[in-house]
Amino acid sequence: MPTHTFVLNGQPVTVEAPDDMPLLWVLRDKLGVTGPKYGCGVGVCRACTSHLDGQEFQPCTRSVKDCAGHAVTTIEGLADGDTLHPVQEAWLTCDVAQCGFCQPGQIMAAVALLRRTPNPTDADIDQIQNVCRCGTYPRIREAIKQAAARQATTP
Amino acid sequence: MPPISTSIASSDPTGRTGEAPAAEPTGRRRFLTYLLAAPTLTVATRVGLDAAAPAAARAAERAAQARAADAPPQLLGLPGVPDILDLGDAMILAGLPTSHLLVLEVTPAGRALLYLPRLEVGQGLTTAMAMLVAEELDAKLTDVDVPLSDGRPELLFNQLTGGSNSVRSLYDPVRGAAAAARARLVTAAARRWNVPASSLRTADSAVLAPDGRRAGYGELAAEAAAVVLPAVPVTPKPADQLRLVGRPTGRIDARDIVTGRTKYAGDLQIPGAVPTVVARPTTVNGTLKSLDASAARTMPGVLGVVRIPSGVAVLAETFDQALKARDALRTTWNPGPAADLSTEDVRARLRAAHLPFLVPPLLTQHLDGEFDFAFVNHAPMEVLTAVADVRPNRAELWFAAQSPILAQQTIAAELGLPQNAVTVHVVRGGGSFGRRLFFDAALEAAQISKAAGRPVKLMWTRNDDMRHGRMRPASHHRIRATYGLGQVLTWEHRAATVKTDLGHGLGETLTAAGFNLSLAGLSLAQAFFLLTEKNPYNVGIPTQLLAELPLDLHTGSWRSVYSGTVRVADEIMMDELARRMGQDELAFRRARLRSAAGRAVLDTVAAKGNWGRPMPPGQAQGIGYHDENGGIAAYLVELDATDRANPRVTKAVVAADVGRVINPTGLEAQLTGALVDGISVILQAGNHLDNGAFREGSYGDFHYARQRHTPPVVEIHLMPPSGAPGGAGELGVPAASAAVANAYARATGTSPRSFPVNF
Repeated sequence: MPTHTFVLNGQPVTVEAPDDMPLLWVLRDKLGVTGPKYGCGVGVCRACTSHLDGQEFQPCTRSVKDCAGHAVTTIEGLADGDTLHPVQEAWLTCDVAQCGFCQPGQIMAAVALLRRTPNPTDADIDQIQNVCRCGTYPRIREAIKQAAARQATTP
Repeated sequence: MPPISTSIASSDPTGRTGEAPAAEPTGRRRFLTYLLAAPTLTVATRVGLDAAAPAAARAAERAAQARAADAPPQLLGLPGVPDILDLGDAMILAGLPTSHLLVLEVTPAGRALLYLPRLEVGQGLTTAMAMLVAEELDAKLTDVDVPLSDGRPELLFNQLTGGSNSVRSLYDPVRGAAAAARARLVTAAARRWNVPASSLRTADSAVLAPDGRRAGYGELAAEAAAVVLPAVPVTPKPADQLRLVGRPTGRIDARDIVTGRTKYAGDLQIPGAVPTVVARPTTVNGTLKSLDASAARTMPGVLGVVRIPSGVAVLAETFDQALKARDALRTTWNPGPAADLSTEDVRARLRAAHLPFLVPPLLTQHLDGEFDFAFVNHAPMEVLTAVADVRPNRAELWFAAQSPILAQQTIAAELGLPQNAVTVHVVRGGGSFGRRLFFDAALEAAQISKAAGRPVKLMWTRNDDMRHGRMRPASHHRIRATYGLGQVLTWEHRAATVKTDLGHGLGETLTAAGFNLSLAGLSLAQAFFLLTEKNPYNVGIPTQLLAELPLDLHTGSWRSVYSGTVRVADEIMMDELARRMGQDELAFRRARLRSAAGRAVLDTVAAKGNWGRPMPPGQAQGIGYHDENGGIAAYLVELDATDRANPRVTKAVVAADVGRVINPTGLEAQLTGALVDGISVILQAGNHLDNGAFREGSYGDFHYARQRHTPPVVEIHLMPPSGAPGGAGELGVPAASAAVANAYARATGTSPRSFPVNF
């Protein structure tokens, strides 16, 4: 079976898996990294949203082979040790989560949005496609704005 | 060291007092035995007996309110059954004989553990319960843990999560248990220091003496376990002394969630449990005709293929391999019993199933309205997942269970095991909305594990749950209102719904509460309908009847159950009738609302939402009102329908009165979620049936709202807290749905009749 080497949350990992195995199942079933969630398997619910070289992507529709040689960041790798990322802090301040299942993906999508657009408008935030079946969208919107403001005042 | 523990003897009418035998040092079972041997702590019994009173008192209060002539002079409506005894009251009454088994433990390490006989699925229940414990115990919130109890058959009717009932039913027992524990801790400290217990106070998980001495709860836990009679009162705090309850509080599990540490059933690493998926028929309830698994069995990673009644299970080393092998199965299927049915057929049959109106339209002015609501999938983000480890003489399961006791009974019977040989571990769920009342995946997982002879982790795919999962049943509503001289004379509502599967323990609950369904000539669904559906307005003589159409499809309670369609149709008709009678929609409601508290909520939403402000063409405000389960909600939304294919709610203002609010932050979250549900089911989210198969397969075609469909501005106003808590989990859905529908009608100048409007 082929092996694939990539950087996962800052650490190099090598894993044996068929080339076409979606990264989601490599993470969840082979590496025990369960922050990225299965919600649809076809890239529409985006509960698995993570980062590939800092850009948002959906591991359920990206093969492990395509990730080889790249840096994968999941929700587990977002905080700096016990120091949460500003977006995670904003999520706590706004008490965003209900069931919590989509929130790792929501947070990773928000972080990616703020990297692209540090001061997003409502229309920018509306572009986030991640489903939250509990309907936490208004607090997600508020949290993104808070995180943007916090980042703007942080040197 | 033994922990101290208290229990609430709600059902013990003897008022016996006495001390338990010495607690066994370890072990949950022994701990429970200790409690069972002494359910009669004086304090616990007294508080527990009081626990029965509020439900009865609230019911009496509602009945009085329903009869009160405080409404403007006009034809008074008859109070509906829910005015006097609602579903939640019935569930509380059914739970009383066993509620003394609620367990609160203070450990030597200083943790307060409340073993919660309910499921957390995002409703914020564990946080609300932790707040109640921290309040009455005077503990730090961070010292309280709320683990979910395994299925406990001795709880009988008291481990069903549903009906917006958890806070209502646990409020008194949890406060009582915590207050009793605090009293014993104080007494233990008084003995240790040889000072009067009344001179001591408690704060931040410690007992404090006037001279500055301090003892943490952990170090007092063993001594407190030996306290026979507490030397201080154990009455829960009066409202004016609450320091935490009612204060906006973040979720106790929030940090785990935002760091990805929260574990759902699919995230558990149960030794040996292998990824498993099931191939399912092409139509609902179809059956396997032929199977050739030879290619699938030889695929990489495949560990087994087994047949179960609902399909063909594939076990593999990873889900990816299981899914690929599932695709490689060569199967043919016999059509299911509903294979001749499509959406339009169901609608036609519902129309034909209606019970007739009583009032002919000839004699008076009248307004008729007919409404269709589509099937709606629950679609919780976490697909159904269950881990099962079935051995020859025992079985163990892990899944998000709203009805774990019934699951245990059913799975035991399926496996041919005694009930006590089956353990159900309740795992937090990634959303539910009614879906996890049913344990479909757990039952399958048990069947597969038994057949394969190994532990399995079964996951339904999103397609599985969309196409073979459960639905809010499609329904058709016919409403006729007669009026004259400025008054509504009669209001008839005939609901016809595809039969709702309520077979999740609710029937047993109602029977336990004293309902003799067969004697009353009611089906379970009709009893449920009777207990939940009422018209809150004085609209002359209202009659509401339910006709059920049994179809061989999977249905279930969907957040707010019948109210999600019945009350929405009523609220749309209220708007249309107001306009027909030349009145303002809000004033028309206000003049007819029976509840004074309801009028206050309506006034609040109207004032805060600036009801009646001018809106540009294509945009409009809409209102919706609903009260149920001891809660009241009104929504005022503004909607832009300039582009009818993409209507957008641009602003929402909500007012709610749920009596005693435990956590305003959590309540507002529930009301916000209900708003998004309302936007979704009214404007865009529903499921089609095509020849016995549901069409939508994922969120790509099931259009539950995304960020771009939700209002950038949401304001929520909570009425001042009072009395005991009402139910809030489902409360907002009918009011929000109605507000969205009414705003759409006003913005477009149309009379929408079929929901979702863009389907």
